Amino acid sequence: MSTAGWRLARRVGIFAVSLLGASMLIFVVTAALPGDVAQVLLGMDATPEAVARLRHQLGLDRPLPVQYLSWIGGILTGNFGVSHLSGDPVLALMLPRLAVTLWLVLFGVIGSLVIALPAGLLAALKRRHWQGFLVNALAQVGMAIPVFWGGILLVLLFAVKLRWLPANGYVPLSQDLGKWASHLVLPAVTLSVVQGAVLTRYVRSAFIEVLNEDYYRTARAIGWTPTAALVRHGTRNAAISLVTVLGLQLSTVLVGAIVVEQVFTLPGLGSLLLTAVAQRDLLVVQGTVMFLVLAVLAINALVDFSYLLIDPRQRSGGEET
Amino acid sequence: MKRFGLVTGICLVGLVILGAAVSLVWTPFDPIRVVPGQRLQPPGWPHLLGTDGFGIDTFSRLLVGARMCLVVGIISVSLAAVVGVPLGMLAGQAGGWVSEAVMRLADVVYAFPALLLAILLAAGFGASTVTAMVAIGVATMPAFARVARAGTLQVMASEFVVAARSSGTSPWGVAGRHVLPNIAPLIGVQASVGFAMAILAEAALSYLGLGTPRPTPTWGTMLRDAQQFLFVDPLQALWPGLAIALAVLGFNLLGDGLRDYLDPRLREVS
Repeated sequence: MSTAGWRLARRVGIFAVSLLGASMLIFVVTAALPGDVAQVLLGMDATPEAVARLRHQLGLDRPLPVQYLSWIGGILTGNFGVSHLSGDPVLALMLPRLAVTLWLVLFGVIGSLVIALPAGLLAALKRRHWQGFLVNALAQVGMAIPVFWGGILLVLLFAVKLRWLPANGYVPLSQDLGKWASHLVLPAVTLSVVQGAVLTRYVRSAFIEVLNEDYYRTARAIGWTPTAALVRHGTRNAAISLVTVLGLQLSTVLVGAIVVEQVFTLPGLGSLLLTAVAQRDLLVVQGTVMFLVLAVLAINALVDFSYLLIDPRQRSGGEET
Repeated sequence: MKRFGLVTGICLVGLVILGAAVSLVWTPFDPIRVVPGQRLQPPGWPHLLGTDGFGIDTFSRLLVGARMCLVVGIISVSLAAVVGVPLGMLAGQAGGWVSEAVMRLADVVYAFPALLLAILLAAGFGASTVTAMVAIGVATMPAFARVARAGTLQVMASEFVVAARSSGTSPWGVAGRHVLPNIAPLIGVQASVGFAMAILAEAALSYLGLGTPRPTPTWGTMLRDAQQFLFVDPLQALWPGLAIALAVLGFNLLGDGLRDYLDPRLREVS
């Protein structure tokens, strides 16, 4: 097999093992722990017989490994189980909320790139000038702002003071385009600003590395302007570090979205998860966390695959780091 | 300019420690007792920063909150370092499949977001300071392992280690006498940055109601409470957020400043 083939196979292996480990952790922490679901559902007055009957109905009287296998087997075939509380399939609970979270993540990532690419480029080019210091200082401050506080501040300004945008809530795209957009602006900007600050620092150091390379000096020597040389030659070379960071960003944004949903009371996966935790609806917790972890691991794997596309050197072997 | 960051970091971190220390012996008002007649007072005298929706003095709660933020930071960072550093050193010294196994394990843990881990633990055991600290600590372990491994590899290649090994020093001796003292500064930098991350994570968890339960004041729960009164008393949402941001900024600047100060290449330049 070619080196690229081996790398792909190895990466798929790591992905599978990570997924297995994560699923076991999720199952053990939520299922093997105190708090009998049947007892919770029936209340403290329930007779032991009724509890035992329900436990049998829910399959809770089976040995844990059997329960795990039936759970993970279900997930592999797209069956995430049924909520103990509402009786709805977990997947049916997740799907309508997935759209909300995906919109948020999509706009959050785009927004953070729109902020970070120019800011990072500026900070790299002007790193010994006041512009560079200013970008650095702003990025430091942006990184220190908790995402939920950033959201609250935006609400204070744009919803409470100026009354331009709604403070919370959500309207589906299919219902009203304008209202859908206006409800998403503040949450998306919140995510973008905080993530953009982190990303700016990475963009800056990736481009600074390019500035020290021979090909950049050559391009400058034959008359390219700094910006043109950096954009023309730097982008592909900086892309490797940027894709890594973007992958990490995607997972951070996904997790950040859980918090931001809470700030703006958006009905996404995060609010589903937190409500389920509060109600101890364990199958919903398991299913949603599993889904989110699957997304994060898949993103990480895709990032690794993309190296092969971006960097021809990695296709033909070379030392592994 | 570099020193400016370091000094600012030290000052901000010092402020948090001072606030926490003062709260141990004195707060202007009771930080827990509800006073219905004093709800949502504006900043002034005697309530410097006003009162919250329960009539509790906000400044007093901020001081006690500093204590919680330090406690969570210290314990979760220590947990991460105590497990992560030895594993990283082992990977660096042993190499081969041991290194591979440790680092792949670190990758798996790294891919599992701290917040999701905390949510899981809260779902299983009920939300508490302990579940928050464990989740943050476990999630920060891989960073310590990586830093320790990278540092160890560098030290292992140096001449004094080659000399020590060829004169018969055991791996334990090398680890204790040569590797650990040399990577300690790197670990210190990582600890400072990890501390900032821990403060942010803890604040997010208590904001979501998954961290320290009431009535213990934490900056995250203060924001959660303040959000209900956003249209009535927006100032209450300002103070705790500012406290979190300044603390995180402080630890980040301290970490960056230390790194620049310790990195010989950067020192030569300046």
